Amino acid sequence: MATNIAHCPECDAEIELGEVITGEIIVCPDCGVDLEVTNLSPLTLELAPMEEEDWGE
Amino acid sequence: MRVGVLYSRVRVEEKQIFESLDQRHIVYDKIDDRAVTFNLEDTTPWKEYDVIIERSISYGRGLYATQILNAMGIPTVNMAHVAALCGDKLATSNALAQAGVPQPSIRIAFDKQSAINAIEELGYPVVIKPVVGSWGRLLSKINDRDAAEAILEHKDTLGSYQHSIFYIQKYIDKPGRDIRAFVVGDQTICAIYRSSSHWITNTARGGQGENCPVTPELNAVCKAAAQAVGGGVLAVDILEDPQRGYLVNEVNHTMEFHTLAPVTGVNVADLIVEYALSIAKTNTRKNVMKTKPSPFQPNFFPEMQNSPFHHPLLQPLMGAACHQ
Repeated sequence: MATNIAHCPECDAEIELGEVITGEIIVCPDCGVDLEVTNLSPLTLELAPMEEEDWGE
Repeated sequence: MRVGVLYSRVRVEEKQIFESLDQRHIVYDKIDDRAVTFNLEDTTPWKEYDVIIERSISYGRGLYATQILNAMGIPTVNMAHVAALCGDKLATSNALAQAGVPQPSIRIAFDKQSAINAIEELGYPVVIKPVVGSWGRLLSKINDRDAAEAILEHKDTLGSYQHSIFYIQKYIDKPGRDIRAFVVGDQTICAIYRSSSHWITNTARGGQGENCPVTPELNAVCKAAAQAVGGGVLAVDILEDPQRGYLVNEVNHTMEFHTLAPVTGVNVADLIVEYALSIAKTNTRKNVMKTKPSPFQPNFFPEMQNSPFHHPLLQPLMGAACHQ
């Protein structure tokens, strides 16, 4: 499995990612913030949108 | 056959749905609900889709998107009229009451004083819930009058108008767990117990899952609940009342299954895709739309006598889920 390195935009921790796809949510192992994979080339992580009142099942 | 999957973020569930579509060699598009726009008078971009699987994390986005798509003649999983009944707890309880499906005693009030009167008619403890919400958010277990007055005042003052629609449910003394059942069409496929030492048992709040056998009695109440809201691919939440037995707590129309699937061993994603294909516009296995009823009528799809969920090949799968 290919390994990609990205950095958390919140705490700058180095995050090792396996195969990911755009739109996927990753949790930063250091600061615990939710991050979204917004681009694959280059691999880009952004803060994921916060939970809204109507989110769920 | 062309399928669309409307999504907000790619969770485990969406990944598994994409995987199922890939394995079935179905042509599909991932439709990001943050990027999509609709011109209500132009169906051209959407006519190519035979069915759209709605997996939005937002109730509002999923509801309005499916309303628009259904009005354009595109079937969705689930249909907008089902989403409208499931996503609003008051609408769900109304539908269940009209269909005679057992549920906890409910009272509705629009004013703090009338709400107090209704609560004391039911008797403490009660649970107040927002009519729209999920994942165990903003649930209030109210044990006495002091708490009732405080909660009602906070909701009335701090919340949007919806928080002043007081949805009051008699608290059910359940055995430390509830049941989440997966229903497709008229079949309860599998179920799990969600156990917690806390009275809120959502897995989003730490509830632990274990397999729950689907007995004929459980199947009957889940099937009735699913039919009451219009049917589709649904997650029915059941409470076990010591006196009354199975009570329907709520029905979810965009279910998550990252606990249900591994605990039961059922490939939930594939069954969702299978169902979507069975209701798609170009489905040739049966004539789904003999007439052209309004998408907003309940029971939009006729009784699925040739449903793939009665197919003999699926019986071992369902048998394994039932008899573990």
